[in-house]
Amino acid sequence: MNTRPKKRKPTARQRRQFLRTMFMGAGLLGASVLGFIPVIARWKERVRPPGALQEKKFLSACIKCGQCVQVCPVEAIKLADIDEGFGVGVPYLDTRAQACDFSCDGLQCVLACPTGALTHELNYSHETDMGVAVVVRENACLAVHGQGFKGQVRGPEYNGLLRYEEIDRWNPILVRDHPYDLEICDLCVRQCPIEQRADQCDAGTPPSGDPAQCPPQRAIRLVEIESDDGVTRMRPEILDGCVGCGVCEMICPVEPSVFIMDVTQSRGWTA
Amino acid sequence: MKQYFAHLKRSISELLGNDPIKPSKDEIAPDALKLHIVQRSDKERIKAIHAEMAEKHANPKMEKFRLKRWAVLIFVNLLFVVSYVLDIQILEGALPASRFIGFHMADLNSSMQVMLAFKHIVLNLVIGTVTLLIIWWFLGGRTFCSWLCPYHLLSEWAEILHLKLAKKKLARDNPFDRRARTWFWVIFVVLAFVSSYTVYETISPTGIVSRALIYGPGLALLWVALLLLVEIFYSRRAWCRYGCPIGLTYGIVGATSPLIVRYQLHSCFHEGECRKVCLVPHVLDTVIKGRARDEEVEIGADCTRCGRCVEICPTGSLEFKFKGLGKHL
Repeated sequence: MNTRPKKRKPTARQRRQFLRTMFMGAGLLGASVLGFIPVIARWKERVRPPGALQEKKFLSACIKCGQCVQVCPVEAIKLADIDEGFGVGVPYLDTRAQACDFSCDGLQCVLACPTGALTHELNYSHETDMGVAVVVRENACLAVHGQGFKGQVRGPEYNGLLRYEEIDRWNPILVRDHPYDLEICDLCVRQCPIEQRADQCDAGTPPSGDPAQCPPQRAIRLVEIESDDGVTRMRPEILDGCVGCGVCEMICPVEPSVFIMDVTQSRGWTA
Repeated sequence: MKQYFAHLKRSISELLGNDPIKPSKDEIAPDALKLHIVQRSDKERIKAIHAEMAEKHANPKMEKFRLKRWAVLIFVNLLFVVSYVLDIQILEGALPASRFIGFHMADLNSSMQVMLAFKHIVLNLVIGTVTLLIIWWFLGGRTFCSWLCPYHLLSEWAEILHLKLAKKKLARDNPFDRRARTWFWVIFVVLAFVSSYTVYETISPTGIVSRALIYGPGLALLWVALLLLVEIFYSRRAWCRYGCPIGLTYGIVGATSPLIVRYQLHSCFHEGECRKVCLVPHVLDTVIKGRARDEEVEIGADCTRCGRCVEICPTGSLEFKFKGLGKHL
């Protein structure tokens, strides 16, 4: 004889609870899986901090703690909101607002990352691959028109920071506190961290004795344009050494910037 | 030992969402059985209970221990905030991962999700995870929930509102099946491994609130608000009870923890006050008349060690105990 108690028919209360639970389950799982849409549709192609792994791996590995945000001396790193789905809490840079100028030298964000989402396998600015600068508005470029630049870049309200080694080797200062007076505008080249380091190396005065810190390739230069009106005109040209840090985009005094950062050519986006 | 494993098995079964099993008479220790019978027949005592309950409900007392716990929770979460804002570098990062005066810490659930999704583990994460594994095992596992999780605090406030509304018949508690949390846990583990995305983190109110406190608010808080609204108007403590896989992760870690709440049958009046305040009342099934298997019973793994039952119990029948130390905490 069967001694097991007969399965009782579920009561109406139990049935309601079951349905309710199913409904909640579907809702929660649905909500979490919705996070895939912004990622797969690439709603936002973000510039990631130095050392970020290939985008998909980066999203897998990032634990969303923001330690990279906290160590950045120029406060360039922000965390994404929930409209970026699975990318919520993942760090990115809004390079026009604040680029990475490598003023920490030691890649502090990389050192702070607890999961290796920012790979520890690089040590120098020129080894990073955040993207590539693209000249998108050459016609707006002051140098193309043979113009100089005088005053505060991006105005008195701008809160962006840059390190000026000749002023303070260790602490970045507000860009608005460092006005310029240039015959012909060369800010993008002048402030490019890769160019600055390469110049120091060429002059035989790199900040430390480590030869590995010297970039093997140049990142940006101004090329003279042939003109018949006697005005010296130059146009910016991006070179192979560009790492996509965004300083040229940030420091460009015209609005909107002559440059944008293209991340799709970096970190295996297209690979 | 055999008894301990039987207890552990029940404790984990309840943690996974199964209903507590009522013990049959021969499962109850003889001394406990005697106590059950005596307590049932003591009319004087039952009268005293009713008098005391009436008195207590007329003059509800402030829960001081609860306020202390809130103070700890707020202190730790504020320590994250001031460490960043004032750059004092004591506790850097956020709840998913942090550094306490330089030492790596990694939330067990977040770290598990990342390891499953990334499938490559760096040493720092191992150090941070093992450190917290040991700490939380000592402290009771789900202690994380009630003493640190910032969503838990918001949820407690939502619960106060819910209970007020319920009293006025403006809201009703609609319980879900507790096994749902186990399913979520399994599904999010599988999703992380298969999709290589830390899917759960997208909706984790713990991570969202922690980051919002430290790095500033965002749209993600709308999701948290929605969860709180459900808890206020529809289902008491729904997220922590039926949804949160983090709670289950810590529950498993704390299943064998030395820090427990212990129940003593001999002084218990079975008033049920503890079960009314408990986030996870199934762990207190043993306090119901005739359910205790022994004179002393350890409360199960789902217990968050919040201490509300300890504080509310009028007869001191529930207390914190650190096993192996002998003394009461």
